[in-house]
Amino acid sequence: MNTVIFRTAAPALSALMLVFSVFVMLRGHNEPGGGFIGGLIGASGIAIYSISAGAAATRRALRVHPITLAGLGVVLAAIAGFVSLATEVPFLTGLWWIFEFEGAEIALSTPLLFDIGVYAVVVGAISTIALALDGEEGDD
Amino acid sequence: MAGWILAIVPAAIFATFLSFIGPVSDLTAIQAGLDWIPAYGIRFSFFIDGLSLVFGALISGIGTFIIIYSGGYLAGHPHQGRFFSYMLMFMGSMLGLVLADNIFTLFVFWELTSITSFLLIGFDHSRQAARRAAIQALIVTGGGGLALLAGLIMLTLITGQNSLSGMLASAGVAQQSGAYLVAMLLVVAGAFAKSAQFPFHFWLPNAMEAPTPVSAYLHSATMVKAGVYLLARMNPVLGGTQAWFWILTVFGGITLLLGGVLALRQTDLKQKLAYTTLGSLGLLVMLIGFGTKEAVLGAVLYLCAHSLFKGALFMVAGTIDHGTGTRDITVLRGLREAMPVTFIAALLSGFSMAGFPIAIGFLAKEEMYLALTSGVWPDLLFLAVMVVGNACMMVVGLLIALRPFLGEPRPTPHVPHEGSVSLFAGPVVLGVLGIVAGLFTDWLNRVVLSPAGASIYDGAVDAQVHLAFDLLNPAIWASIVTWALGIALFWHADNVRLALRRVGEGIGWTFDAGFDAAMFGLIRFGDRVTRLLHHGRLELYLLLFFAVLAVSLLAPLIVSNSLPSLPDWPVLTFYEWGAVLIAAIGLITVVGARSRLTAIVALGIQGFAVAVIFMLFGAPDLSFTQFMVETLSVIILALVMTRLHLGKADHRELEAAIRDGTVAIAVGAGITILLLVVLQTDLDLSLTELFQATSTPIAHGRNIVNVILVDYRAIDTLGEISVVMAAGLAILALIRHRAKPESAKKPRSTRRKEKAA
Repeated sequence: MNTVIFRTAAPALSALMLVFSVFVMLRGHNEPGGGFIGGLIGASGIAIYSISAGAAATRRALRVHPITLAGLGVVLAAIAGFVSLATEVPFLTGLWWIFEFEGAEIALSTPLLFDIGVYAVVVGAISTIALALDGEEGDD
Repeated sequence: MAGWILAIVPAAIFATFLSFIGPVSDLTAIQAGLDWIPAYGIRFSFFIDGLSLVFGALISGIGTFIIIYSGGYLAGHPHQGRFFSYMLMFMGSMLGLVLADNIFTLFVFWELTSITSFLLIGFDHSRQAARRAAIQALIVTGGGGLALLAGLIMLTLITGQNSLSGMLASAGVAQQSGAYLVAMLLVVAGAFAKSAQFPFHFWLPNAMEAPTPVSAYLHSATMVKAGVYLLARMNPVLGGTQAWFWILTVFGGITLLLGGVLALRQTDLKQKLAYTTLGSLGLLVMLIGFGTKEAVLGAVLYLCAHSLFKGALFMVAGTIDHGTGTRDITVLRGLREAMPVTFIAALLSGFSMAGFPIAIGFLAKEEMYLALTSGVWPDLLFLAVMVVGNACMMVVGLLIALRPFLGEPRPTPHVPHEGSVSLFAGPVVLGVLGIVAGLFTDWLNRVVLSPAGASIYDGAVDAQVHLAFDLLNPAIWASIVTWALGIALFWHADNVRLALRRVGEGIGWTFDAGFDAAMFGLIRFGDRVTRLLHHGRLELYLLLFFAVLAVSLLAPLIVSNSLPSLPDWPVLTFYEWGAVLIAAIGLITVVGARSRLTAIVALGIQGFAVAVIFMLFGAPDLSFTQFMVETLSVIILALVMTRLHLGKADHRELEAAIRDGTVAIAVGAGITILLLVVLQTDLDLSLTELFQATSTPIAHGRNIVNVILVDYRAIDTLGEISVVMAAGLAILALIRHRAKPESAKKPRSTRRKEKAA
C-alpha cells in the first residue's frame, strides 16, 4: 500500500488535514465541528504521515511524545473549569470575553479553551496508539 | 522525657473537662459545632453531658498517665515518635467519639478509633502475630462500624433526628416503630463488635500483641469502652423493651462468665487481664441491659473503678515484664524486695479489683448487687452469674497483686529491678485514686453519678451511694459470697487452671480458629472467583462482555413485556436506499470475508454507509465523527493485525462461529429493539427546548451538539477525555510490554466502536 503516489501525496495531505483539523475545531461552536471531530481529523493526518514516512520520522516531526499532548489536553480542560473559581461561579461555568479587533468580532471563552483541551486529548491519545502500533518500541 | 512533655496535652484536656463539671452537674448539656454538609443538615457537632464528661475525663486523665508510662516503657525504641503520634491520634479519635453529637460525626470518629487501634495493635509489625491481631481487630470492629452506621441511619429515618441530642430529646419514639428491632440489632451489633461481646469477643485477647501501654489504654478507659458508651448513650432511645433487656443481659452474662473463666486458664499476666476485661465489659453491658436506676449507677461506678484498676494493673504487668523479662505468672515469685513501689501499686489496684471495702470497686459491686437482690427469678439467675464472674475477676486481681511479689524469688530472664518514675507514676496514682475515691462518696454522687446516671437513665437520678457495711442488707451477703468463692478459687488457682486447660483442649475449637477459617475461606473464594473471571483468554472476555450486554438489553424488555410494535415500512428516496444497500453489502462482506484485511475494510465501508445515513438525516456532527472514527478504526485495526502477526484468514470452528454469531445477533437485535422502543415513546422535549432557547443567547453557540459537549455537559466531557487519555497511556504501556502484546489490542478497538456508537 506504500506506493510512490501515496508517499508523495501523504505529507501534503497530512499538512492539509492538520490545518483543517484546527479549523474544524475552532468553528465547532457555531458550525458542525468541534474539538472531538477536529482531534480525529488531526490524528488521521498524523496516522497517514506515519504510514508513509514511518513512525520514527513522525515522532521526530512531532517533537513531543503524543501522550504528552493528551495529558496537556486534560490539564487545559481542567484549567478552563477552574477559571470560574476566580469569579465565584460553579466549576466549568462558561465565561466569555467578546471584543472587537480591526472590525472583526473576537470571542474568547473558557468553552473554547475546553474544546482545545478536548482536541489535544484526542489527537494525543489516538496518535499515541497508532504510533505505538506502527513503530518499534525502541523509538518511543 | 518525651512522655512527660507530651503528657501535658491530655492533662490540659483533662483540666478543661474539669471546668465543665459545674454546668453538667446542673444537667445542662453543652453543645458546639460547625456546619459540615448543610444541604443534608449534617453538622460536625459535639455535646457534653454527664455521660460524655465521665468518659472524656477518664480518657484524658488515664491517657495522661499512659503517655508518661509510654515514655518510660519505650525509652530508646527506634520508633518512639511514631508510637506517640499513633497514641495521640487514637486519643483524639476516642475523645471525638464520646463527645460527638451528630451521628455522622460519631461514625467518623468511631471508624477512626478502629483505624488508629489497628495501627497501635500492629505497632510491632515485624511480628506475624501482631499483624494478624491488628487485622483481626480492624475487621471485627470495622465491620461492626458498618452495622452501626446502618443502624444509626435507620434511627435517623425513624426519629427524624440526625444528632444524638435530637434522638435523646425524642426518646421513646423509636421503640414504637416497626423497624425498631432491625435498627436496634444493627446498633447493638456495632457496639458488641467494638466492646468484644460474645460472639465477637475473640479479637480482644489477641490485641495483647500491642505494646503494654497500648493494652493498658485500650482496655481500661478507651477502645473497648466505646461500645459500652454507645449502649449507655442509646439506652433512652432504644432501651426499655423486652428485646433490649434480653439481648444485652444474656450476651453480657455469657461474656462475663466466658471472660472470667478463661482468665483463670491463662498464665501470661497480660492475657489474664485481657480476659478479665472481657468479663468486665460483659458485666457493664448486662447492667445497661437491666436499665434500672441502681443498675445504671452500678454501671457508671464500675466503669470508673474498672478504668482505674485495669489501667494500673496493665501498667504493673508491663513494669514486671520490663523489669524481669517475663510475664509468666508460674515463674514470677518474690519480687517484693526488688520492686517495692510496683508491689504497692499492684496491691492497691488488686484490692479495688477484688472489691474489698473502701475501694471504689467495692462500692460498684455493692450497687450492682443492690440492683439484683429483689428476689424474682431472672434477677436471681443474673445475680448468680454476676457473683461467679466477679469471683473469677477477684481471683485474677489477687493473683496479679500477690503471686509475683510473694514467696521465694525465682530466676527470671533479667535480674529484677524497679521501674523508673515514669513507669510507676501511673499505677501508683491510679491505684491510690481507686482506693480513696471510695471515701468521697458525696462528691462522687453529685459530680459523677447523678449527671452520668441521668444521661443513661433518661430522667433525674439522685445517687445515694455511700460506704456502708450493713449485714442486714442482702447486697452485702452477695459480696461476702463473692469473696468466699474468690478466695476458694484463689487457693486452688493452679488446679483450676490445669483443669480448665484440659477442658479447653478437649473442646479443641475456639472462635479465634473460627475467624481464621472464615478468613481463609474468604481468600480461597476470592481466589476462585478471580480465576473464574480473570482467566486471561481474550476471546472469552469479549464473548462474556457481549453476552452480558445482550442479556441486559433484551431481558428487561422481555420481562416487562414492553417489546415494540413492528414499525411501518420506511419510505425512503432512492439515494437513501442506496446508502442502506452499501451498508448491507459491507456487512455481508464482513461476515463472508476470507481474509482479515478484507473484513476490516468491509467493516469500514459499512461504517461509512452509516455515516452517510446520518448525514442524510440531518446529523452532520455525528456523521463527521463517524467518518473519522471509521477511518481511524480501519487504520488501527490493520496496524494491530500486522503488529500481532495474525494469520491472514480467520479460521473458526463451526461451534465457535455459531456461538459468536448468536451473541452478535443477540446484541444487534437488542440494540435495534431498544432503539425502536425509544422511538415509540413520547420524547420529552423539555431539555431540547431549553438548549434551543439558551444555546445562542447565553452560551454563544449555534451548534447545539458542540455547546452540549463543551458547556452544558462539560463535566461529562472532562471525565471522558480523562478516560481517553488514561486509555492511551494504558495501551502505550501494554504495547511497550513485549511479553504479552496480545492483551493490548482488541479491547481498544471495541472501545473505539463504542465511542462511534
